[in-house]
Amino acid sequence: MSDLPGIDIRTGAEGAMELALTGAWVMGAALPDLESLLSDPKVADAPRLRLADGGIADWDSILLTYLRRLEARIKDKGGTVDRSGLPEGVARLLALAEAVPRREDTGTGGARPGFVARAGAAVIRLGAEARDMIAFLGLAAMAFGKFLVGRARFRGSDLALVLEDCGPKALPIVTLISILVGLILAFVGAVQLQLFGAEIFIANLVAIGMAREMGALMAAIIMAGRTGAAFAAELGTMQVNEEIDAFVTLGISPMEFLVLPRMLALALMMPLLCLYADLMGILGGAVVGIFMLDISPIQYFNQTKQFLDMGDFAVGVFKATVFGILIAIAGCLRGMQCGRSSQAVGMAATSAVVLAIVLIICADGVFAVLFHIMGI
Amino acid sequence: MSMAAHIDADDAHIVVSDLDMAYGSFVVQRDLNFTVRRGDVFIIMGDSGCGKSTLLRHLVGLKAPARGSVAINGESLWDLDEDAREAAMRRFGLLYQSGALWSSLTLAENIALPLGEYTDLSKAEIAELASLKLSLVGLAGFEEFYPSEISGGMAKRAGLARAIALDPEILFFDEPSAGLDPISSARLDELILELRDSLGATVVVVSHELASIFAIGTNSVFLDAEKRTMVAEGPPKDLLEACTVPKVRTFLRRGAE
Repeated sequence: MSDLPGIDIRTGAEGAMELALTGAWVMGAALPDLESLLSDPKVADAPRLRLADGGIADWDSILLTYLRRLEARIKDKGGTVDRSGLPEGVARLLALAEAVPRREDTGTGGARPGFVARAGAAVIRLGAEARDMIAFLGLAAMAFGKFLVGRARFRGSDLALVLEDCGPKALPIVTLISILVGLILAFVGAVQLQLFGAEIFIANLVAIGMAREMGALMAAIIMAGRTGAAFAAELGTMQVNEEIDAFVTLGISPMEFLVLPRMLALALMMPLLCLYADLMGILGGAVVGIFMLDISPIQYFNQTKQFLDMGDFAVGVFKATVFGILIAIAGCLRGMQCGRSSQAVGMAATSAVVLAIVLIICADGVFAVLFHIMGI
Repeated sequence: MSMAAHIDADDAHIVVSDLDMAYGSFVVQRDLNFTVRRGDVFIIMGDSGCGKSTLLRHLVGLKAPARGSVAINGESLWDLDEDAREAAMRRFGLLYQSGALWSSLTLAENIALPLGEYTDLSKAEIAELASLKLSLVGLAGFEEFYPSEISGGMAKRAGLARAIALDPEILFFDEPSAGLDPISSARLDELILELRDSLGATVVVVSHELASIFAIGTNSVFLDAEKRTMVAEGPPKDLLEACTVPKVRTFLRRGAE
């Protein structure tokens, strides 16, 4: 086993030049230098070389790769190689490796395109993606229309499951985040308002900030990360397993069966989550007001009640409903577009979250301008 | 790792003794006793749900026996410490039902990964070996393809190329014919035999594809799902001629008594 691999150059029985392999040709052993072997005049000038077993102690795949390289070089120079002296297994494996010729017309998978080509392809893809998204919106709207006239096909139990998942099960995280956001708002405001001795207005700041803006926004961002990603991963895995194809071939619209219940669930649950987040945020603000600024609980409550009207809540709830639909659309769109590999599922989930958050913030910006103009 | 190992026909390679397999308290199969000789193409057959794939998981050391032992080259896998068991498992090549290629890697990278992990070879040598293995299964030129870009039959062959990456001494196949057309299936059978002969490897196949069983099997066991133990053992052709167990006869005659 320990003897090094080597090659003896000798004249064989029929007068042909013979390369006799000796030693252990195993992975990790130092193989004879191919260049110096080929530059040997006896080898370089021989028209025909015979490979022979000169006492091979052991061998594995590394011998095969060495011989393939050697043969390729000899053939390049116009020589021929005779394998008849090799151990049977070696000769058979070499023959097997050549049995199916190398495919050259494989098309994809060749050289990767350059930077300019990739940039161009990305722009074209962007256009196609926009088209896909509009088409998806159209299909979703049609499915919703069917639902309104009571002809959409999906199972009530599916809707109930999704409702549970994006409603009650989201409460703990929404509680935590909303209380903290209320706290943070109050802290940021407190420092400034104390300068004017106007600490009591902390209640206004937190209440209006939560009800109009932060409640809906934070609930939406939590749900985008939690539920939007889950939708994309679920539908993506179904795409990988050809379950979506199975729906289509059976004439069941995946838009109605899979996407619609998810959209409905988020559209129904987001307003409730938003209201809940509003209250939790106000609670968080109250903690700061009562314990740090020494405002009495009654005072804080009255101040909040006096300056907050239902309109503020309505603005938040309306926005939350829209955000919910956007999250569901982003998650389901990315899930339905998912490729057919496990890697694609991960990418779908990531891109669903990114898309949902971008859509939420953009929509929020539009609403801010609209509500300002409309004076709401 | 050596392929030049001398094949002695009566040399026991895998010895299964008194093996019970269980998931928790649910016993899948009990009292399994059989020997796979060096150079065998050993078939594990049985009706659906009898635990064929579970037995395979026991043979390759992915699952510990509830009782009894699986010995490879005289060493019981579960008597070894974890490092030694992992080293032993490296001498196995396993082809999964669907190929189980890593989807984020190209075919060449799929084969190069174990080589890079367990050998000190240079990048160029590893690339050359990966290329060789793909050529051996008839996929030369597909090095840069991703698993999602090739057909199911090709994925299976690529999985085989990965299974032989480390020059295994035992090759395990889980349903190699499943999902393949008869021509591809027959070619895969030929490839299995060719690799067995030239690599000098022992082959263990889980299969219920009769054509394939008779074409390549040199020995076999039959697991019964109801009795939860093996009910027949021997070369498949002999079982077809002489086995008196009704279920085995029916199985080997495709339902005809």
